[in-house]
Amino acid sequence: MCKVNIYITLKEAVLDPQGKAISDSLKDLNYEGVGNVRVGKYLQVEMEETDNMEEQIEEMCKRLLANPVIEDYTYTIEEVV
Amino acid sequence: MKFAVIVFPGSNCDEDMYHAAKNVLGEEAEMVWFEEADLTKYDGVLLPGGFSYGDYLRSGAIASVSGVIDQVKEAIQDGKPVLGVCNGFQVLLEMGELPGAMLRNKNLTFMCHDEELLVRNNGTMFTGYFEEKETISLPIAHGEGNYYCDHETLEDLKRNNQIVFTYKNNPNGSTADIAGITNRQGNVLGMMPHPERAVEKLLGNDDGLRIFESILNYWRETHAVGN
Repeated sequence: MCKVNIYITLKEAVLDPQGKAISDSLKDLNYEGVGNVRVGKYLQVEMEETDNMEEQIEEMCKRLLANPVIEDYTYTIEEVV
Repeated sequence: MKFAVIVFPGSNCDEDMYHAAKNVLGEEAEMVWFEEADLTKYDGVLLPGGFSYGDYLRSGAIASVSGVIDQVKEAIQDGKPVLGVCNGFQVLLEMGELPGAMLRNKNLTFMCHDEELLVRNNGTMFTGYFEEKETISLPIAHGEGNYYCDHETLEDLKRNNQIVFTYKNNPNGSTADIAGITNRQGNVLGMMPHPERAVEKLLGNDDGLRIFESILNYWRETHAVGN
């Protein structure tokens, strides 16, 4: 069994109003060094290890997990002992 | 004319949509559970607002890959009118039948009030009963209605006259004030404002009814005996 860690982030060209609100709030807390904040999603997917696993993950991300119009994704695969 | 209102788990404007088509427009309409739908029996498909699958992952994302969607795609290919309102619009975007995507409203709040819209294209099967550049008023009720598309897509939408409604006072940050667009063929309309909530003067506003009347008129013209 594997654990797939999938990270979904908004594309750089897409404005992130939630990230902007969080950045402003951190600045209000006097973290003056804080710049832009971008909010994304982190998914843990348990999967059985197969030969075409990466292909399947790519497909899942494109078909459902991420919206390619506004989002990018990356992933890592961990073996679970 | 016979309409199907597709009901997903979490749809909550399905009754309003049904009421508009059945009782106010006076045509046949049925609410069909998404797992049991046979869309070949209907002349038009209405995708209602609400929070299908609790808006999990992204608004409309999970509904957009559910079992009924292949049938919706067939209805679109057959040239049937398909109207998606609010969450229904989000489903059509997630399906890839309309270009672009929805983001959180710019001010991060759920907004529920009337907005003035400009009719930008009255040449569609959904807007024949409006004047061009006419100002109408429809209720909005959404937290993720901030329409986004890239520059190239926007130019495409403009070139093909696919922008049907724009906001006069953009409430949510939508690209180019977009409130509603059609597909290139013109038989799919997605819009964030709710025409089904504005179909009776008694309740304050019937601007939305003209969308349903326009669809019916188009259908009658294209299905008239002798055509």
